[in-house]
Amino acid sequence: MSLLEDRGTAGVVRTGRWSLRYARRTLLTCAVLALLAACTLVLALGTGSYGLTPAEVLDTLAGGGPPGAGFIVTDLRLPRALVALLVGFGMGLAGAVFQSLTRNPLGSPDVIGFGNGASAGALVAIILFDAGGPQTALGAVCGGLATAAAVYLLAWRRGVHGYRLVLVGIGASAVLGSATSFLYVRADIGRAAQAASWMIGSLNARDWTDVRIAALGLVPLVPLVLVYARRLTLLEMGDDTAAALGVPPERSRLVLLCAGTGLTAMAVAAAGPIPFVAMAAPQLARRVTRAAGPNLLPAAWTGALLVSAADLATQRLTGSALLPVGVVTGVAGGAYLAWLLRGERGAGRI
Amino acid sequence: MFVGSHPRAGRKRPPVRTAGLLLGLVLLLAATALSLAVGTQQIPLHQVWSGLFAPTGTENDAIVRDLRLPRTLTGVAVGAALGLGGGLMQTLTRNPLADPGLLGVNAGAAAAVVTAISVLGITSFTGYLWFALAGAALAATAVQALGGGRYATPVRLALAGTAVNAALFGYVNGLQQWDLGTLDEMRYWAVGTLAKRDADLLLTVLPLLVAGATLALALARPLGALALGDDHARALGTRVRRTRVLSVVAITLLCGGATALCGPIGFVGLMIPHAARAFCGPDPRWLLPYCALYAPVLLLGSDVLGRIVAAPSEIEVGTVTAFLGGLLFIHLVRRRKATRL
Repeated sequence: MSLLEDRGTAGVVRTGRWSLRYARRTLLTCAVLALLAACTLVLALGTGSYGLTPAEVLDTLAGGGPPGAGFIVTDLRLPRALVALLVGFGMGLAGAVFQSLTRNPLGSPDVIGFGNGASAGALVAIILFDAGGPQTALGAVCGGLATAAAVYLLAWRRGVHGYRLVLVGIGASAVLGSATSFLYVRADIGRAAQAASWMIGSLNARDWTDVRIAALGLVPLVPLVLVYARRLTLLEMGDDTAAALGVPPERSRLVLLCAGTGLTAMAVAAAGPIPFVAMAAPQLARRVTRAAGPNLLPAAWTGALLVSAADLATQRLTGSALLPVGVVTGVAGGAYLAWLLRGERGAGRI
Repeated sequence: MFVGSHPRAGRKRPPVRTAGLLLGLVLLLAATALSLAVGTQQIPLHQVWSGLFAPTGTENDAIVRDLRLPRTLTGVAVGAALGLGGGLMQTLTRNPLADPGLLGVNAGAAAAVVTAISVLGITSFTGYLWFALAGAALAATAVQALGGGRYATPVRLALAGTAVNAALFGYVNGLQQWDLGTLDEMRYWAVGTLAKRDADLLLTVLPLLVAGATLALALARPLGALALGDDHARALGTRVRRTRVLSVVAITLLCGGATALCGPIGFVGLMIPHAARAFCGPDPRWLLPYCALYAPVLLLGSDVLGRIVAAPSEIEVGTVTAFLGGLLFIHLVRRRKATRL
């Protein structure tokens, strides 16, 4: 027995014991973003040196389509496009979690060292153990979690406050960055080249293994983060308020930090450290939904759209699949910062 | 209460502080000697001496005179510039986390240089030197504004600086990927190094660095008055606005010039003022000379360390300073309420 109620800007679904409240504008935002991401996917599959109409793309995906299209679409283009979507989704979600925890629009995982930790782990795997895809992913996850643990413990003084986490993260980021450079200098030239192309964040030559890696990371972590979304909203009100309302602040923070780090590490493992997506996606989403709180799902969909669109733009603008998507998002990140500068100045929100 | 001051800081009597300056001079000479002697080819100190003052044309003489001497002198000049720049920044903004590398100034200079080389095709050093200065000034302004303008707190500034750094280094890396022809020349702009710099370049930049350093030392007194707050400083006859503007000019000259010469080197300007303040107290009249003497010691020491650890190749000095500086940064954040100023 389900019952739909109307409460102004929000709707509520009730079935027996359970109820779910949702903001209508947020739901609509997610739907539109998902639709746009799907359009980007179809475009990415249909454009390139071998062009297909959107209808042909859909046909091919359904198992039909023009002869020869099957291999190009499902074996070459689909993995890359899917990795872009999944990685962007993870990054957007992780960014929303971190920005909410640090209460700062610049407190994203790539700024405060967690991305660097994952990169360092992955480079150790590539350079010291000559690893392939899955091992590199494992290295990234280990590196990310080890960094998160170290930063958390170093920032701990009767609880972890957002700002101390941020500052310790910046320091850790510098230390890890130089450790990576050190590895890089000592590596032989072939592996150094492999590491270099990977360091900027690239979706070139992704295959189904990478899709599986990304999906494996998302499947357990996304539900976990969504379950904790309410607590995140309460944590934003301050630890005392959250504790009074029955949310253990430190434990919730730890779980959310681990989940966010896991998402970041997964994204880094699948595509390298693509800059700025985690930072920009939650802020863009927040402005569209106009809702309070961390806006987790809209941020995740925005991230997916950003990475897909950036990768599509990278491929089409340069006419080759080789320019790393990280370059595009890096430059776009600069523009985003300038915009943030204009909007938030004096508001004291940065 | 000046943040970052040691409980006993500033109590040292002038003779002791002067002795500290002399010690800095001795250490600087020792670091210079090390930097000339240590490398892939170890050269005994007496041969370094004869190579400098009585060359006979041996291979070791050539190594000392043509390779290591310019590199070492560059290290001294750039180290002093970064130390002074960091000391100025920390004093001016009363922000113990200020550092030209951390707050995006060096990255701004590097990004401007890469743009000049790659996009505008400017290859002469004098040509892109001006871009470095402009980039340094622009990035410093952008970070200050992002960090909240007049309401900037150390945390916000550090975050804003990190974000601007990420954008600028992303841009630098991107241009390098785009422009593979210049990759080898430009790899250099993503991380600072003292290698491959000849004496001509140093002589070109030296006037700027000297001007910046002179200005910085001349500003020591009014900056000390500014630490009391604007109103007190005015009552003491300090021209507040002029002091601020000239400090920014000095920071730009020092950091832009240093980056044009060696690429972005971070954390030297963070570490040295802290260490110096613990010994000589917060008075800029003592602090700035200490920074100018001890920062090159750290930079040359890091450079030598990078040659020893990674022999037979070497680690760029910017990587070594980032490693050491990152650890110190974490320690500072943990130790004191660095965010309450």
